[in-house]
Amino acid sequence: MVEYHLWTPLSEKDVRKLKIRDVVYISGVMFTARDSAHERALEYFGEGRNLPIDTNGVALFHSGPLVREVDGRYEVVSAGPTTSARMEVFEEVFIEKSGIRIIIGKGGMGAKTVEAMKKFGVVYCAFTGGTGALAAKAIKAVKSVEWLDLGMPEALWTLVVEDFGPLIVAIDSFGNNLYANVMDQVEKNRLKIHQSID
Amino acid sequence: MTENIRLAEQIGVPICQDTGTISFYLMVGDKFSNLSMLPDILRHATKHATEAIPLRPNAVNPFTGKNSGDNIGESMPYIHWEIVEGNNLQITALPKGGGSENACALGMLEPGLGIKGIKKFVVDTVIDAGAKPCPPTILGVGIGGGADIAINLAKKALLRNIGSRHNESIVADLERELEELVNQTGIGPMGLGGDTTTLGVNVEYAHRHPASLPVAVMFQCWASRRASAKILFDGKVEYLSHRI
Repeated sequence: MVEYHLWTPLSEKDVRKLKIRDVVYISGVMFTARDSAHERALEYFGEGRNLPIDTNGVALFHSGPLVREVDGRYEVVSAGPTTSARMEVFEEVFIEKSGIRIIIGKGGMGAKTVEAMKKFGVVYCAFTGGTGALAAKAIKAVKSVEWLDLGMPEALWTLVVEDFGPLIVAIDSFGNNLYANVMDQVEKNRLKIHQSID
Repeated sequence: MTENIRLAEQIGVPICQDTGTISFYLMVGDKFSNLSMLPDILRHATKHATEAIPLRPNAVNPFTGKNSGDNIGESMPYIHWEIVEGNNLQITALPKGGGSENACALGMLEPGLGIKGIKKFVVDTVIDAGAKPCPPTILGVGIGGGADIAINLAKKALLRNIGSRHNESIVADLERELEELVNQTGIGPMGLGGDTTTLGVNVEYAHRHPASLPVAVMFQCWASRRASAKILFDGKVEYLSHRI
């Protein structure tokens, strides 16, 4: 296990060195996108349009932040990760078209996303679900917000962060998957538990 | 997780950005007055809390996809009524996040599968949920009644404290056993592996139809939030869960 402090924008080389169980802190730029933002982004890509923000080399954060407006400026109050599995249907195309290097979320992603991560050089990092206050502390500013018509949680929030973490590399760019390893063991435990009940 | 709790308390912000679907459980004394005003009062309180705390707007119209922006909507906040003897009103607010709610499950088991079938259903539901409900979770299990009754009982079980035991020993024993079984799954905190998958299992039951054995499993994430207050007949308020 190695601890990395990374700055965006990240190159393919930067993320290829990361292995599962490594601990990462990110400084620089990240943006949030959940179900609706992914859906709209794919519409944009389908029409050959550019997204309203620059996503190259930055981190995508699966999060629907809680934001308040203070003196005309947005301030993130609490912003933990949301369940990444919901974005599985969009993420393969999103990775290819957006040029992101890191996905931050909780619970991991499915086979199609993992394949795209291998192909394009992206890692998936787990941030502890429910730790919204901790996340907000590392978010220094809201750079921009787009697609606010989707509602506060679903909008595209671009954030300036400093030492955002600790993040655990849960799926690396070679397809090693910490969740899959755990679930393999859990499936074995399921059989044992069922036997103990009988 | 503990650092986050400390920080949230220190700054005075929500522990998790998903401040949930807002529901209220009311235990209404039959002699408490002005009951018909309560739904409006609770809607107003929800709107106020959404701005003041703030809470994340989480009420979305399922047809248009539009977020109401203030946590108010059709049947939102949701109110559960229970009438009891007396002249007080006890209100419990249970804001519940979407991640843990999405993992909830109802099983209409063959009665022949019995208690063993219930245990397997609970373990399988927890395993199938994996990392999604933000483990270590608190589990509410509702057994018997019908489909809706089992779900309601499971949710009501979440209102009890962790480690509080059902007053019937046969149910309390099942709670203990389910805790052990779930913690043997190895899912661990946030699905990254470990011995703590649940912080506690609470079970509630109702008598069942001879042909049915409904079992409902409700997940509550580790960042479980809930608050209770009692409003006395003279308008005075006693806060039961928090010091104000």
